[in-house]
This record gives sequence, structure tokens and C-alpha cells, in this order.
Amino acid sequence: MGRLSVDLCGIELDNPVIPASGTFGYGYEFAELYDVNILGTFSFKGTTREPRFGNPTPRIADCPAGMLNAVGLQNPGVDRVIDTELPRLARVFHKPVMANVSGFSLEEYAEVCARLDPLPQIGWLEVNISCPNVHGGGMSFGTDPAAAASVVRAVKAVTTKPVIIKLTPNVTDIAAVAKACEDAGADGISLINTLLGMRIDLRTRKPLLANTTGGLSGPAVFPVALRMVWQAAHAVKIPVVGMGGVSGAEDVLEMLMAGAAAVEVGAANLIDPWACKKIIEALPAAMDRYGIKTLRELSRAR
Amino acid sequence: MNDTIFTLLTQRALTKSVYELKLQGDTSGITRPGQFVNLRIDGLYLRRPLSVCDLEGGVLTLIYKLVGKGTEALSRMRPGDRIPLLTGLGNGYDLSLAGERPLLIGGGVGVPPLYLLAKRLREEGRPVSAVLGFNTAAEIFYEAEFKAQGCEVTVATVDGSCGVKGFVTDALPAEYSHVYCCGPEPMLRAVYRRIETGGSFSFEKRMGCGFGACMGCSCKTITGYKRICREGPVLQREEILWED
Repeated sequence: MGRLSVDLCGIELDNPVIPASGTFGYGYEFAELYDVNILGTFSFKGTTREPRFGNPTPRIADCPAGMLNAVGLQNPGVDRVIDTELPRLARVFHKPVMANVSGFSLEEYAEVCARLDPLPQIGWLEVNISCPNVHGGGMSFGTDPAAAASVVRAVKAVTTKPVIIKLTPNVTDIAAVAKACEDAGADGISLINTLLGMRIDLRTRKPLLANTTGGLSGPAVFPVALRMVWQAAHAVKIPVVGMGGVSGAEDVLEMLMAGAAAVEVGAANLIDPWACKKIIEALPAAMDRYGIKTLRELSRAR
Repeated sequence: MNDTIFTLLTQRALTKSVYELKLQGDTSGITRPGQFVNLRIDGLYLRRPLSVCDLEGGVLTLIYKLVGKGTEALSRMRPGDRIPLLTGLGNGYDLSLAGERPLLIGGGVGVPPLYLLAKRLREEGRPVSAVLGFNTAAEIFYEAEFKAQGCEVTVATVDGSCGVKGFVTDALPAEYSHVYCCGPEPMLRAVYRRIETGGSFSFEKRMGCGFGACMGCSCKTITGYKRICREGPVLQREEILWED
């Protein structure tokens, strides 16, 4: 057990760094650039029952210290993921991967999780009830504790793998949603998904994103994310995966000190494809600077 | 894809709002004309993509138009400034499609990537025709550079202040084997409708990462969904599906 290793729902990670869903594809764009086996794991692109193109473009807007996206869950659908993406991934990634699942109904969440459940390649199911860029699904489940709990129960009924529920920050009381997920049987929670935002093109006087609104991520959201991870971690006993604007090793340490068991890195991968590798390599020196011997001692301190 | 730091050698205005940068650095990641680089600019979160205009002995030429914060920041950069670049992005133009008499059609800041293509095609000894379209005479740039490569150049201006009056489609030569085209989307559509040969069309879209990770710049094609930054920016005429 190395000094960087942590435990996530009973599975040991060599380090707590996990590229976040939607910023790492199904892994192989990055596997061309570095050995992705150095990662704790990664969360693959949000997968739905049917293939989806997602929202019209433009889907991306630059922001002060961050970005907006309104991709809208573009993915090839669960069948293609099982038949094509995962076998391709197996050639370059030899650790359990985190499967990110999205849906528009309880049945869809359950069906996609049931399809993915038997695959030994998958370590965790990260169930996204927080996508701000689709209508009639996603975030509408994550903004209401009772609806969130219903997704947890639907998914837990069909899988044996650890279920991590990905939460939206676009709520008044994150502790209530976190607690509802725990009470319904979730094995962990991850947060934050993006914060709902928008920008206007001064020339056209119209919203810059074709979807009007999008999700804000990047360093701009880090303090908000940290606060919500802290609040969620104090409300539940299950592991919390912290994310939101994490860009360096010291951000990882802050997240762990706020109560996270592991940390996802999103937008940073898009402006520096080697970001996660650099963060992992910088962790030991950062730990030395603050007198941290092992990352487990931070998790235990929660 | 390479991650390298370039040093700015020169910056000059080609027109009132179009600038040319020459940068020194490792250009080995750039394998085809029509590819792009993604620049990291201080104070901006996302990188900014620009097409490769020329490569010569470790010197990279980029051309951009002042349109917003990113390009304004670029215009303030001075010789000696360092700019981190991701290089060799996108598929670029396939030279093997050129045929006997390739035709290059560029509009405005769509002209730059065609310059390196013209150079490469001329190195292969092919006769190259180039139709360069601009709004008005004051906005013309690189006409002399294309001529210096031995291209047969026709300029079109919308207001008729120089060359053929009208759009690039009003200035097409009688014979050509394949069209390489880059410019604003209405121009790409007009060229697409007009030509009967094969064509390579270079598209522009707002990008997140520029290397295929974020799905920010996806488009629908006859052969499936493609990422403009990865399977593009050059699409073949047969596969283009115009939205709306």
C-alpha cells in the first residue's frame, strides 16, 4: 500500500486521482499520450440506453477561470459501449474503470446499470442524476431528495457493484440530497457536477450556447465545490468523491481534507491533456510540504 | 499531438484586423497542411485554435483576425514572448486527392491553411489554381504569397473593389480536378453546391479541448458523428450533412 493509495467503496486506488466523466472519453485519446494505468481510475463518458448526438453547437463557451459546456450527453449508447468501447479500453487500461450512467427515467437508469453490472472491467457505477444540459432527466432527479432516493433504489436493485451517485450543486440543501442517497442504499456520492450558467454573445445579443444554458466548471467553481463536499461529507458516512475545479495536487489535498475519499479532475484535462499525470506526480512533494505521510491519514481524519 | 512552447519572432498587421505571427519552436508534431494548433493565452481558460498557415525550418506562421478577447490578447504579444501550443491537431488535407489540377478556394481568414497546402502541392509539381475571396480590397492578404509559390491566383471581392466582383463562386476557373476549400460556412455551402468534382472542406467550430476529449465540436455527417477537432476539421464532400 503506497502513501498515495486510498480506498473507494472497498476497492483500493493507487492514488485518489480520477479523470471525471465527459473530459476523458473512453480513455484511449489519453492512452495515446501517457500510460493511463498511473491513474487511480477514470470515469468514462456518461452512457445512456440509446446513442445520443447531444445538443446543437456551439456547446462550449470560455469563462473567467473556467468554461461552460452544454454537450448534452453525447455518447454511442450502452450497446456500443459494451461491444466496442470497453474491449478497446481493455487493451490500454488494466484497472477497474468507473462507469458513468445517465438516464431519463428510473427504468433507463436501471436498465443501463443492469447491462453494465456483469462486466468485470467495471469497478463502480457512477450514476449521474445531475446533468444540467438535458431536459426531462438528469438534473431533475438530483434536485429532489425523494427523486434521488428513487434512482438509488432502482439501480441498487439490479447491481452488485458499488453505486456512487453523482450530485448536482444546483440545490439549496446538498446535505439533504446526500443523506437521502445514503438512506436509500447508495455506496458513495460524488460531487459537484457543473453549476448552471450562461453567456451572451455581445455581437448577436443572443446566448452564446445553442442550448442557452450550460454547466460551469474549472477553477472558478473550486471553492463552491469544496464547500459542498464538506457539507455532504459531514452529512453522510458513505465515501464522498470530491470534484469541481481541481487543477493541482494541492487542490486534491484540500478536497481530501474537506472529507473526500477520492478526487475527480474534469476541465483541467481539456486545457492540459497531461493534467492528471502532472497532479499525481506532484502529490508526494505537496504532501511533504504539509507534513502529510499518507493520504489515508487524511481520509481517516474525516 | 505535441505539447511545446513556441517563442514569438514577429507579429505584423496584414490588414486593419488580420495579423500574422511567426513563431519559433518544435514543429515536428505537424504532419499535414490543414491541421491546427491550440494556443494557451495568459488570462484565458480555454485554449484558442488557429490553423497552420506555413512551416519553414522550425518557424510556424499563424494568421488570425481580431474578433474577441483571445485574439486581442494575442495582438498584444511581442517578439520574445512564449506561447504554449498543442500542435498537430486535426486530420488536415489529403494531398493524394489533388489530381492533375487542384483548385484552392479560400475566404477571408479561411485563406491561411490553404497556403501551406499550395506550397506542398507545388513541391509535388502540380499546377495549382487559387481563388481568394474577401469583402473588399483593403481586406486582401497573401495574394502575393500565393503567386510567389507559382499558383494561378484569382481574387474576388464582394464590393468589386479588386479583382472579380462577387463571391468566390463567381470566380471559379473552367477546369479543376479537386477542390480544397476553407472559409465561412455560407461560402463552404455555396462551393459545395457549385462544384461537381470531389472536395475537401475545412470547418470551423467552437472547441473545448481541440483533441477529441470533450465532444464540444461534434457534427453529424453521412458516415456518423464526427468531432471537428479530431476527425475534422477537413470533411470530404460526400460525407457532409448540412445542418438545418
